[in-house]
Amino acid sequence: MMVRRWTRTSKLFTGGTGVVALLLASVPLVFSPDIVQKTTTLLILVLLAAMWNALAGYGGLLSVGQQAFIGLGAYGTVFFAGFGMPPYIAMVVALVVAGSLSIPISLFALRLRAAQFAIGMWVIAEVASIGVRLDQDLGAGTGISLSQLYQYDPNYRQAYTFWLALAFTAVFLAALFFLLRSPLGASLQAIRDDEDAARSLGVRVTARKRLLFVLAGFGCAAAGVLIVANTLFIEPSSVFSVQWSAYMIFMVLVGGLGTFEGPILGAILLFAIQTTFTQGGPWYLVGLGATAALFALLLPRGLWGTIEERLGLRLLPVGYQVVEKK
Amino acid sequence: MSVANAILQGIFLGAFYAVLACGLSLMFGVMRIINLAHGDVAVLGAYLVLVIVQGTGLSPLLAFVIALPAMIALGYVLQLTVLQRALKAGILTPLLATFGLSIVIQNLLLLKFSPDVHSLGASAGALTTESWNLFGSISISALGLVVLAVAAVVFTVLHLFLSRTRPGWRMRATAEDPDAAELIGIDSRHVYARATAIAIRSVFDPVSGPTQLIFAFEAVVIGGMGSLWGTLLGGLALGVAQTLGAQLNPEYAALSGHLLFLAVLILRFGGVRLVRFGARA
Repeated sequence: MMVRRWTRTSKLFTGGTGVVALLLASVPLVFSPDIVQKTTTLLILVLLAAMWNALAGYGGLLSVGQQAFIGLGAYGTVFFAGFGMPPYIAMVVALVVAGSLSIPISLFALRLRAAQFAIGMWVIAEVASIGVRLDQDLGAGTGISLSQLYQYDPNYRQAYTFWLALAFTAVFLAALFFLLRSPLGASLQAIRDDEDAARSLGVRVTARKRLLFVLAGFGCAAAGVLIVANTLFIEPSSVFSVQWSAYMIFMVLVGGLGTFEGPILGAILLFAIQTTFTQGGPWYLVGLGATAALFALLLPRGLWGTIEERLGLRLLPVGYQVVEKK
Repeated sequence: MSVANAILQGIFLGAFYAVLACGLSLMFGVMRIINLAHGDVAVLGAYLVLVIVQGTGLSPLLAFVIALPAMIALGYVLQLTVLQRALKAGILTPLLATFGLSIVIQNLLLLKFSPDVHSLGASAGALTTESWNLFGSISISALGLVVLAVAAVVFTVLHLFLSRTRPGWRMRATAEDPDAAELIGIDSRHVYARATAIAIRSVFDPVSGPTQLIFAFEAVVIGGMGSLWGTLLGGLALGVAQTLGAQLNPEYAALSGHLLFLAVLILRFGGVRLVRFGARA
């Protein structure tokens, strides 16, 4: 018997991911702004799915309030740009500020368990949303646009936003990937498999969960920043909407909770569904909700988790496999 | 005087939240799960009453009596098909499954009924408009009194059910032993409470489910998870916080409720436990 992490397939695929990232970087040079904008949306979905999976899949923290960070990132951008900061600088500042808020929030939120945590986070998102609604300078309930971005030519603007989205997504996914592969990651996966057992082996469960919570806070703030850069207009009722949580849950459950590749697959699927049923509307959400519930009940490991189990396939390996020695 | 009035209105509002929350509290007490579709099922019950009233011209009260068995049946079906299965699969699965369910119910209602706000006010007659004034500035509405009475009845019945009847004993016994909880189909009395509350409150729209859930959950937590009378107190405290907040600025209503909830969580995680479902009712 021997323990291995890499297989030929996973080496090829991980290398391939780098190539895909490089190819993606050239999208704005080749395709029309319309396609660039859509691809930006896909990257945002991938980022959100990966971050929600980091929380729920590895930390066992089911949050229905990550839209708090999305909204704070988005409104933070408008807020700092309003001070005369160059918009792209304002985006980075907003990301850091909104993401950092996850640290004080974690002190409180991580004391809550399961359902308390889920709804506690939701209430925090509601409070943030009401806070924005009460601020006339941020457009109150009617929304506000990031007008500072209009100074750029639309084609350039779309390209800059796309590259920023690609950079954010790559950085956060890579951070998660290397985190999970590090010795720290072994303890995270132990928490995922059995929290009590991990604790009894001396894993500092709360500290590890805080790490994931802060990572997800920054990641969702980054997504919020990208959303306002991509759509140029935000309003509290959409950017703080619990629908974001519905999307994240759908992507992660269908793709595969607690797998690295699954949420990316889930994001691509959701994106495909969104582009096919462009009208959106209630039927589309009924379908999403029903699919998520069915996956939770019948196929809890999701599409990728099931594939992994059946075929022993690892494309972006974060764990180890025990195999027969040849 | 306006503060006294606000507190009184808060108690009326809080009684409504308490009725809404007692189902959630009961489910948590017995099965240790939170049904994230709780608010949406409640709104569904309200729509059922609306449909019956509009279809037959019956009074809302009669329509409610007809809708009740249907909602209880739905509660059983939900328990048998979704919750039972989800309970076996771990802590996260019930949350995930009921969240999915919540989105489904909410959007089906949105498809069937327009996103407009509906009201049973017109058919409930004088009940919704009647009110009396005390000392000039304190107003007591008939509807508020009815909700308060309903809350008193619902909580007394639930308490008697848990402490005096055989199914009640069984339920408390399972609350003591979570592994055995899945062996019982939870009594759908919570659905009773929900439908009552919303039907009488009389204003609702398809997307109000999540808000109902948040308020109900806040009432449960403020009163202490799994405590029946605590939930009643929690509901009243939430209602008073909201109306007092609204006194300062109408926009502060929900906010002050949220802040009370967060403050309670921070100060005393677990809250006041007056009565447990477990040891003694």
